[in-house]
Amino acid sequence: MTDIAANEAGGAPALELSGLRFHYPDGTAALDGIKLSVAAGERVALVGPNGAGKTTLALHTNGLLRADAGTVRVAGITLDDTTLRDIRRRVGFVFQDAEDQLFMSSVREDVAFGPANHGLRGDELDARVDAALAALEVTHLADRAPHHLSGGEQRRVAIATVLAVRPDLLVLDEPTAGLDPASRRELITTLRGLDVAQLIVTHDLPMVLELCPRTVLVDAGRVVANGPSTELLADEALLAAHRLELPFGHAAR
Amino acid sequence: MGAGHTHPLYVHEHSVVHHLPAHVKVVAVFTFTALVATAPREHLLAFAGATVALLIGLRVARVRLRFLLPRLAVVTPFLVGAVLLPFVASGPRTEVLGIPLAVEGLWGGFGIAARAILGASASLLLVATTEVPDLLRGLERLRAPRLLTQIAAFMVRYLEVIVGEVSRQRRAMTARGYDPRWLWQLRPLTAGLGVLFVRSYERGERVHAAMRARGFEGSMPVLLAERPAGARVWTVALALPAMMVVARIAAVLVHG
Amino acid sequence: MHAPDGFLTAPTAIVTGVLSAGAMAASIRASRPELDDDRIPLAGVTAAFVFAAQMVNFPVAAGTTGHLMGGALAAVLLGPSLGLLVVAVVVIVQAIGFADGGLTALGYNVFNMAVVTALGGWAVFRGLRRFLPATATGVTLAAFVASVASVVLSAMAFSLQWLFGASAAVPFDTVFTAMVGVHTLIGIGEGLVTAGVVAAVLAVRPDLVRGADGIDRAAGPAKLPRARFVLAAVAASLVVAIGVAQFAVDDPDGLERVAEDTGFIASAEEHALGSSVFADYATAGVENETVSLAIAGAVGTLVTLAVGTGLLLLVRDRRRGGAAAHAPTA
Repeated sequence: MTDIAANEAGGAPALELSGLRFHYPDGTAALDGIKLSVAAGERVALVGPNGAGKTTLALHTNGLLRADAGTVRVAGITLDDTTLRDIRRRVGFVFQDAEDQLFMSSVREDVAFGPANHGLRGDELDARVDAALAALEVTHLADRAPHHLSGGEQRRVAIATVLAVRPDLLVLDEPTAGLDPASRRELITTLRGLDVAQLIVTHDLPMVLELCPRTVLVDAGRVVANGPSTELLADEALLAAHRLELPFGHAAR
Repeated sequence: MGAGHTHPLYVHEHSVVHHLPAHVKVVAVFTFTALVATAPREHLLAFAGATVALLIGLRVARVRLRFLLPRLAVVTPFLVGAVLLPFVASGPRTEVLGIPLAVEGLWGGFGIAARAILGASASLLLVATTEVPDLLRGLERLRAPRLLTQIAAFMVRYLEVIVGEVSRQRRAMTARGYDPRWLWQLRPLTAGLGVLFVRSYERGERVHAAMRARGFEGSMPVLLAERPAGARVWTVALALPAMMVVARIAAVLVHG
Repeated sequence: MHAPDGFLTAPTAIVTGVLSAGAMAASIRASRPELDDDRIPLAGVTAAFVFAAQMVNFPVAAGTTGHLMGGALAAVLLGPSLGLLVVAVVVIVQAIGFADGGLTALGYNVFNMAVVTALGGWAVFRGLRRFLPATATGVTLAAFVASVASVVLSAMAFSLQWLFGASAAVPFDTVFTAMVGVHTLIGIGEGLVTAGVVAAVLAVRPDLVRGADGIDRAAGPAKLPRARFVLAAVAASLVVAIGVAQFAVDDPDGLERVAEDTGFIASAEEHALGSSVFADYATAGVENETVSLAIAGAVGTLVTLAVGTGLLLLVRDRRRGGAAAHAPTA
C-alpha cells in the first residue's frame, strides 16, 4: 500500500497516523495512541470537546509537533528529520487565527511565501500565485494588506497561501469559527470545490454533515468513534457523552 | 475587525508622485531635507526656495495644505522653543515692536523653526504619497540590512492589531470605572501592558509556526521581482532636490 | 523626544549616525545564535508592542500624561542586542513612515532613544542584578532603576551632542540642567511603567524576560513599590535636580575647585584651546566656560561608560551564548 507505484498513482492515503502518543513538557498527556487515516481526496471531520487534543493532533500532521511514539505518514512518506521539508509541502495547514498566518504586507506576498520557500522564482512563482488566488476567488485582493481584510476574506486568503504549494492534504483548524453566515456559506462552497484531501477540525457540526462523509470523534487524546458522519452525528447519546450536540433544528440525515 | 482603513497620513490619489517607486522618492526627499538642514540660517533665499519647491511638490502630488498643516503639529514643542529663544538668549539686543530681543536668538529661533517645518513637510509629502510597506521595500532596494527591514515589515503588519488590543483593553478597564490621573494609579495599566506583551510574544511564536509550516527555514525568500527604475522616473523625483540646489546656489550668491 | 531636521549640526548627525550604525551592526551579529530563525517574527511583534506602548497615555499628575520610551524595557525583556534593534526599528520607522522625527536627525534620534537607552539601561540593569537578590522583586527593582538611568543617560547624551553641534545660542549648561532635570522626573515615570510591565510578565511567563535568567521562582511574585515609595522617589529626584542646578548656578567656583581637585580640568589657560572644538553657541553666554567643559567631560565619561559597558556585555554574552550552544545539554 505504501510502495512507490501507489504513491505515483495517488493511491496512497493522504494521511496515516498510527499509535501516536504525545505529552506536553509539563507532563500532561495529550495524545494517547491515535490511529486515523484520510484517503486521497477524502474529506474527514475531526470533532470533540475542547481540550480533547484535536489541535494537538492536527499539529502533528506537518511536524510542528513531534510525537513521542507512533508514526505519521503523508502520501505514503513517513515523517522524520529528513522528510520534514517534503511533508511540510504536502500538508497545507490553515490555522485557527488567520491573523497569525497572513504575516506579509500584501496578499500576493503571503501566497507567494510558501512556493518561494520551496524553490519557485520569477514567472513560475507568479503563475502559481495567480492560480491559487483564482482557485479561492480572491484575485481582486492580491495587492491588499491582510490586516485590512474581513474575517471571511482572510480565511480564503489563508487557504490560498497553503494551496499554492499544491499539498496532498489540507488541514483546517476551526475554519468557520467567527464567520458571519454568508462568509461561512462561501467557505463551505469553496471547500467543497477543492480537489484535495481535507482534515477539518471543527465544532461546526452542520458543516460536517454537509461536507464530510466521515467523522472522527476524539476525546482525552483517544479516538472514541470513527465512522460515517450521518451515523455518528445521529447518535445523540454518543455526542452528549463527549459534550457535543447538533444545533437546534438540525437532524442528521 | 476593521475593513479597508488605511494609514492616517496617506492620501489616496493617483498622481505622478504616487506612482514613483518608493526607493526613488526616499532618495529624493532625503537629499532635499539634507540640503535644507545644512543651509546657513542667514540664507533666507534658500529657505524661500525650499518652500516654493515643496509647494510645487505638494501640488503635483495633489496633497492639500489643509491636509498637511495640521499634521505639522508633531514639531510644535520645538517651535515653542524657537519662539522663546529671542527672549531668553543672551548677546546684543534689537528692538522689535518695542520689545528687546536677542539678535542671536532671533536667528537661532528662525533656523530651528524653518528647518523643522520644512523637514517635517518633506517627510509628510513622502508619507502622503507612499504606503509604508512600499517604503520598506524601497529601503530594501537601497540595500538596508534585510534583518531590519524584515523586522520593520512585521512590525508594521501587526501594529494595528496590537494597537487595537491596547484600545480594547483600555475600554474594558474604563468600563469598570478605571480613570487614572496620578502616577500611583499606574498599576492596572502596566499590568495590562504586561499581559499584552505576553500575548504579542505568543502571537510571534504562532506566526513563526505558520512560517515554518510553509517551509521557512531561516531566511526570507525573494517574493517580488525588482523592476529597475528608469531615467525618466529618477529625473521626475530628483526635481525636488534639484530645485533646492538651485536655491542654495542662489542664496550663496545673494547672501554671500 | 524626536528631534526635527537640522536641530543639531551635520557633523553631529553623521558621527551619531555612524555610532548608531555600528551598535546596530554589532547587535545584528550578536543576535544570530540566540533565537535561530524566529528572531524576525518575535522582534517584529515586540517592536509593534513597543510602538503601541509608546502611544499609551500614562497619567502623571492631575490629568497630565507622559509616554514610555521603552529602551530599557526592551533590553530587560529581550536582551541588549534584540532590545536595541527593536527600539531602533521603531524610531527609524517612526521617522520614515510616520514623519515623526527628521530624516536627517536619525543619527542622533536613534542614538539617544535606542542605543543609549537599551545599552546603557542594560549595563545598569546587569550591574544592579549583581547586588540585588535573584528574585522577581530584585529583577523588578533593577529594571526600575535601569529605566530611570536610561532616560537620564539619554538626556545627558543629547546635552553632550548639543555642546558639539548646537544650532542655536543656548549655552550648554542651560541645556544640560534643563534636560537632565526634567528627564530625571520623566525617568521616574519610565521606571514605574517598566517595573510594572516586567513584574506582570514575570508573574505569567518568566521565561520571556531575558534579564531574569537564573532567578529563584519559589520566592514568589514581585513586590511593587507602594504610593509612599513613589512619592518619596519623586521628592528625592526633585531635590537632586534642583540641588544640582542651584549648586551650578550659585557656586560655580566651588564646582570648579572640585573639578580641579579631581583632575578633570587643568589650568585655566589650556581650555581656550579646547573650546575651539565646540560649537560657538554652546559656550556662548556661559559665565564659566571651564565649569561647563568640566561637566561635559564628566557627563561624556559617564555616557561612554554606560553605553560601552552595555556593548561589551552584548558582545561577550553572544560569545558565551555561542559556546553554550555547542556544549552538551545537561
